[in-house]
Amino acid sequence: MSRSVQDSGASLKIVGGRLLDSLDTDAENTALLIKDGHIVAMGEAAARASADGTVNAEGCVISPGFVDLHCNLREPGNGQKGNIESETRAAAHGGFTTVCASPETSPVNDSGAVTNLIRDLASNRASVHVLPVGAITRGLEGELLSDMAGLAAAGCVAVGNGGRGVRNARVLRRCMAYAQTFGLTVMFRPENQALAADGYAHDGVVTSRLGLLGIPEVAETTAVMEMILLAEETGARLHLSQLSCARSVEMLAEARSRGIAVTADVAIHQLLFTEDALAGFDSRFHVRPPLRSERDRKALLAGVRDGVIDAITSQHQPHDTAAKQAPLAATEPGLSTIESVLSLGLELVELNELGFPELMRALTSGPASVLGRTARLAEGEVADLCVFNPEHYWTPADDTLLSVGRHAPVTGREVPGVVRLTLAGGKVAWQHPET
Amino acid sequence: MTANDPSPHHLQLTRDGQLRHFLTLDGLSRDLLTDILDTADSFIEVGERTIKKVPLLRGRTVVNLFFESSTRTRSTFELAAKRLSADVLNLDISTSATSKGESLSDTLLNLEAMASDMFVVRHSQSGAPHFIAESVTPGVAIINAGDGRHAHPTQAMLDMLTIRQHKGGFEGLKVAIVGDVLHSRVARSQIRALNVLGVAEVRVIAPGTLLPKDVESLGCTVYYDMAEGMKDLDVVIMLRLQNERMEGALLPSEREFYRLYGLNRDKLALAHPDCIVMHPGPINRGVEIESAVADGPQSVILNQVTNGIAIRMAVMSMAMGGQLAERQRTQTQGGQV
Repeated sequence: MSRSVQDSGASLKIVGGRLLDSLDTDAENTALLIKDGHIVAMGEAAARASADGTVNAEGCVISPGFVDLHCNLREPGNGQKGNIESETRAAAHGGFTTVCASPETSPVNDSGAVTNLIRDLASNRASVHVLPVGAITRGLEGELLSDMAGLAAAGCVAVGNGGRGVRNARVLRRCMAYAQTFGLTVMFRPENQALAADGYAHDGVVTSRLGLLGIPEVAETTAVMEMILLAEETGARLHLSQLSCARSVEMLAEARSRGIAVTADVAIHQLLFTEDALAGFDSRFHVRPPLRSERDRKALLAGVRDGVIDAITSQHQPHDTAAKQAPLAATEPGLSTIESVLSLGLELVELNELGFPELMRALTSGPASVLGRTARLAEGEVADLCVFNPEHYWTPADDTLLSVGRHAPVTGREVPGVVRLTLAGGKVAWQHPET
Repeated sequence: MTANDPSPHHLQLTRDGQLRHFLTLDGLSRDLLTDILDTADSFIEVGERTIKKVPLLRGRTVVNLFFESSTRTRSTFELAAKRLSADVLNLDISTSATSKGESLSDTLLNLEAMASDMFVVRHSQSGAPHFIAESVTPGVAIINAGDGRHAHPTQAMLDMLTIRQHKGGFEGLKVAIVGDVLHSRVARSQIRALNVLGVAEVRVIAPGTLLPKDVESLGCTVYYDMAEGMKDLDVVIMLRLQNERMEGALLPSEREFYRLYGLNRDKLALAHPDCIVMHPGPINRGVEIESAVADGPQSVILNQVTNGIAIRMAVMSMAMGGQLAERQRTQTQGGQV
């Protein structure tokens, strides 16, 4: 493929792939012409047009670029764990063209100044679009309202708790009312801190056997119910992040049936792994919320299939090696997942646990709509797209992954789905060496 | 779907099924547990000699790595290692390296550089000995001397030895474990051992706040009422209750706990007349157990202490033997290639 496609005015043609545009379009052997960062022609017109470069996408799927609602880029502040440059390159490797940056940075993204810093860094170094999420409370400490007007003005797409709890329901209620003032979606990972306490694993049979400190399901479900009721009362637009429990899905469905504006996502690893993954004290699988029971996993999958859960997120949390090299309780939670979301999703398709269109919806149009956006491949649209071969297998290894985080859930195991090309804003964000 | 085989089986056993480390009783067979008990039986006699030593670990260096203090357990491991003729180094890590900010991995690297052959590990975090076993150089054996709430396999095995001595075997026995099961690494290992060795029934007797979630999945029956749970018992094992359980709103008071779950003569009378009374120590008299019972004719608490040395000798010598066999096999295979 021609590198000149990145230059202003250069054009790129993608031919021979299967175009999958959300659920509306599924066309074989099609063509796309991209110029000036946009899709300028499709189908026959594109096939006939000449271009500066051509990509043969035979055997591949051409889909809208994936959108990640929760990704830790670690910058500013945690350079040893990753940075905007490394982690957005990893995102592009995974087929993502847009990532929402968690407010859990240092300093916390709780003001327009920090948001502007992130946007500046991203504009110079990011391979994909970076959408900052602001902190819902100052310093993410759960006590004082953050500068939401400033966050919104600086370009935050939502405000969230970044995985930390807000102990005080009165503060939470005010946060939601205040966010609603500025039309900011509240992205909240539901967790009652008092009930989660010092736990780090699902409170279930594995925890009991291994003597690990458990986080009970009610730590999530009581928070889900609280958030739903507060959203209903304040009129705030609520997005529940990283659900892990079957009961949460039930409550979500019930709330939606009552017309409450609530959406939700689930992390990819919650759909594949259960509490059993911790049975050998494998610190990679120390994640928060914890991996739960098989019953929970099945319910989360059903939620994605039914569309009750809108999106699959990477919940990417890169760490340095030292963060995971200790007895389980002393390790930091989080998996390095952004490069393997597609592959893990395709494994679910192979297992007949998830349909391919549902997987694509949860990676593209689902999360885009949570952000009030679209993810479409159509003439005139920005060229955010991913070309991948679902039937090619690869073995993620430390030397093939681009994230600074080395604790991927699939390292050393052959998985389906090789991303051939990722275009973000028409620019090549990732290109497989063999493409 | 789950991650790759999480069983510790492959970590602590050689390909021939010999002990390489001793981390947990999970995945160990009845034959292997019986083997440990038989080996320990053969070591009891060593403690009765004038010169209490056998040369099985002569020239070997055993390091007692205690990340939390425990005088009793550390002393029995030290004595066991010395009776096996090993050189013993006691390190109280809780007040040294890690408190200066050194990571556990770095501490291990330094200790390995001293050419140690075996680490006996006590740690406040569940799974710490597993982490160490995965981190150390091949050939170094790790013995778990208690990790977090997870396991205390040598304590459980000395309890099994004590039961076998007094009951002749395990078939048909009804055994109850009473008290703070939630926080007890000993209880988890005991439940496992009793099930593998084939007792008829394992009961846990405790209030709901001191039981782990889904505790029945460990292989036991729950009794909230002690009078009910004591019926037809052959063995009752009392657990230690930590003072901080009151502060954590798990119990209203020691007095109420003792009234409901403390073992006194009246409650013991509900069990079989020859029911033995056990306790891993140290005992809180008047909280878990009445003095008259702790010192009474059915108590075997001091036998447990004596058996602790024999069990630790057995486990240490077997793990070292497994490491040696594996090393020889590797060298032989290397030579053949």
